[in-house]
Amino acid sequence: MIDEAFTQFREWIDNRHEYAKAWKEKTGNKVAGYFCTYVPEEILYAADTLPVRVLGSHDPPTVTEPYIFAMYCHFCRDCLAQGLRGKFNYLDGIIEGQSCIHLRQAFNAWRLHIPIDYAYYIYVPHGIQTRRAIPYFREELAQFKQSIEKWTSKSITNQDLDRGIQVLNRNRELMRKVTEYRKADPPKLTGLEAMEMTLSSQMVDKNEHNRLLEQLLQELPNRKLDRQSNIRLMIIGSEDDDRVFMKNVENLGATFVVDEHCTGTRYYWDNVEPQEDRLTAIATRYVNRVPCPSKDWPELTRIQHAVNLAKEYNVNGALIIQNKFCDPHGIEIPPLKDALSKVGVQTYPLEFDVTVPWGQFRTRVEAFLETLTGLEELF
Amino acid sequence: MASRVEVKEYPTEPLKCWEQAKNLRKNYYEDYLHAHEKGGVRWAGGAWSFSSIPAGLGEDVYCITGEPYGATVAFFKDFASKCHDATEAAGFPRTLCSYMRNYWGSILLDKYILTDGTVVDGYPPPDFIWQDHICCSHAKWYQLVRWLEKKRGKEVPMYSVDVSVGYPSDFAPEEDYKVNYIVEQLSDGIEWLEKVTGRNYNDSLLCDAVWNEMKATSVWAEVCALNQGVPAPLDEKTMYSLYVMGTLMKHRPECAAFYETLRDEVKDRIRRGIAAVSNERFRVITDTQPPWGFLKIFREMEKYGVVSVGSLYTYGLIGMWQYQPDGKWIPRPIPPKKPQTREEALQTIVRWTMHKPEWAHFYQPELKTKMMDSIVKQWKVNAVLLHYNRGCEGLSVHIAENRLGLIDTGIPVFPFEGNMGDERDFDLSGTMSRLTAFFESMGLRKLKE
Repeated sequence: MIDEAFTQFREWIDNRHEYAKAWKEKTGNKVAGYFCTYVPEEILYAADTLPVRVLGSHDPPTVTEPYIFAMYCHFCRDCLAQGLRGKFNYLDGIIEGQSCIHLRQAFNAWRLHIPIDYAYYIYVPHGIQTRRAIPYFREELAQFKQSIEKWTSKSITNQDLDRGIQVLNRNRELMRKVTEYRKADPPKLTGLEAMEMTLSSQMVDKNEHNRLLEQLLQELPNRKLDRQSNIRLMIIGSEDDDRVFMKNVENLGATFVVDEHCTGTRYYWDNVEPQEDRLTAIATRYVNRVPCPSKDWPELTRIQHAVNLAKEYNVNGALIIQNKFCDPHGIEIPPLKDALSKVGVQTYPLEFDVTVPWGQFRTRVEAFLETLTGLEELF
Repeated sequence: MASRVEVKEYPTEPLKCWEQAKNLRKNYYEDYLHAHEKGGVRWAGGAWSFSSIPAGLGEDVYCITGEPYGATVAFFKDFASKCHDATEAAGFPRTLCSYMRNYWGSILLDKYILTDGTVVDGYPPPDFIWQDHICCSHAKWYQLVRWLEKKRGKEVPMYSVDVSVGYPSDFAPEEDYKVNYIVEQLSDGIEWLEKVTGRNYNDSLLCDAVWNEMKATSVWAEVCALNQGVPAPLDEKTMYSLYVMGTLMKHRPECAAFYETLRDEVKDRIRRGIAAVSNERFRVITDTQPPWGFLKIFREMEKYGVVSVGSLYTYGLIGMWQYQPDGKWIPRPIPPKKPQTREEALQTIVRWTMHKPEWAHFYQPELKTKMMDSIVKQWKVNAVLLHYNRGCEGLSVHIAENRLGLIDTGIPVFPFEGNMGDERDFDLSGTMSRLTAFFESMGLRKLKE
């Protein structure tokens, strides 16, 4: 069952477009593409709309050259390329929750150049450390809810919002439970499997995802991974859905036991805590969640969270990856390295582009792993 | 055989207020450096920060704004190169904002540069940071300044205001919940300023500073509007030395006064037919910051009779504008009455600032394209030179969409790649070859060597 579950996660990712089309056909409801995890999916679930995250393909996004200057991160260009190539032609709408200006360009270019019925930009506050952010964001969410109601011709009640909150919270709780098993020595799942669990959650109906997670959790405690690995790695940084890289690094004898990515733990770390005013409850969750670095100021709270994860998951070393041109993450590299080194976690930075030069990266990662095992002292 | 080109020669002369501009800028950097010797307070923040708010702390409060400082560093390429090396050695990627890297490099080197290129030992840390945030790098920039200063043993308190609430229409009231979000942050910020400086806040000084800022940013727009005249009384290379006052001290009375003096002089130049470029025959605008170490490209352009009459950047980075119902883009007039209370002052400056032209494109490229198209038409522009600026993700955002939008309007567009603050990203000879080929495709020939 366990292997079947992880295979299902993988298949959902590999067949994501077919899945969404079939879901649409089956339910007769709308599918909305979103770019950043600051889009409150609770409201979309409340409107019986399937949110699916737009991600790239890791093929060179040459088709985006006329629309986005190539000094912006490959991820935003790769996302747009999927739209331009018609991969998401089943989408009824696109939504962006304000985060970095890179993804904003993917959203706007999509809105301007790809036929779509509905495009909505949510002005998610950046000043999440101010006490003024939650009331402001609550008003933004009220406008968003109203817009979704108009688009779907469906009034969203408190019961609907409760349903949306419940399915999202359940998904987060279950994924956090699975993540707990990464603390084991050896861990009960690989970093690649954990990534595929999270990525698939961003692509399929979470009700279905939850059912599979519940089944997985029944058997996961008894799992013994048949692989040799004694290096516990963490991976931190920009958006990362590079499954090939994860697989290749883990084939070198390390296991990613935790991550700090928006395609990983950051996506599901925080629940919506119930409040009488549902929109305030949702706003509170998104303002107080583990932040994207673009919103994390003046204090570096995400770095402290990453340090806590490194300690809890007994990490030996961390790969810090930055998508080339991703300023919010790039800015934080030195303080992140500094903070992790203070708790004894060695780090190694890697700059990711559209395609990862695995030949070069392999040498560098192997050298890093050797420093973690002490093998370099033999030479 | 090429036929001889007859080009009208306009009279030209230097600006009379040029020395005044130079001195204002020179004194600004020196005042910050020596603030403590005079018992004053110094703060750091971006050129777009609400600088009128710290003004309520007293008359002896001096700031240094980050982007102009980064540009000053860039102009002196040797020093800039050392700053880049220091920043990269500290582990920062070289793809980050180049102003930010210049600024951090200056701290890491513990050296401070003045406007004449004099490098002073000891980077003067601010007493506090007062910033705003619309670009991904804004608050992050100063968060890292704080981190770097802490490593040097100095705790620098920081406050930053989130302004990323969208761009309001000129034809409908601003949405109150958005205005109030910013106003409340500023109001909290005043309490914070009192706490970190131990000073009592003076609302009267705040009202003065808000009024000064609105005057300065409105009058600068008036100056730019005068450049619609043919021949243009100002060229963009000169304007860079003038708009900068608004990026340094937009809230100061001397800034508003200087722009009033400048406006009167430019009006006089128009009356007398004084041109910025004597052989003007082809008018262009640029976009985003120029590669500061290579401003000679403007002089090269003049050899073809080409004058850059400005840009949305020089007009609207600080200058305030608005659309009239007839579609004309005009300087935004200041409100009829000066604010009298703290609440009035905060409401007024927030509603004013939300219309900053260079904030529009952060959300919708169409808004910037429309403003650029208005400049093309009203300023009688023949072509647009788009600087795809690798140094600034904030002002280059959506620039490819602006290119497409402008092409749709029928104006010739010349894109070129570079970097405002890192010379390694700018190919001068390659750019000039392409640019001269572009001018020749426009029917221009070189008029002088």
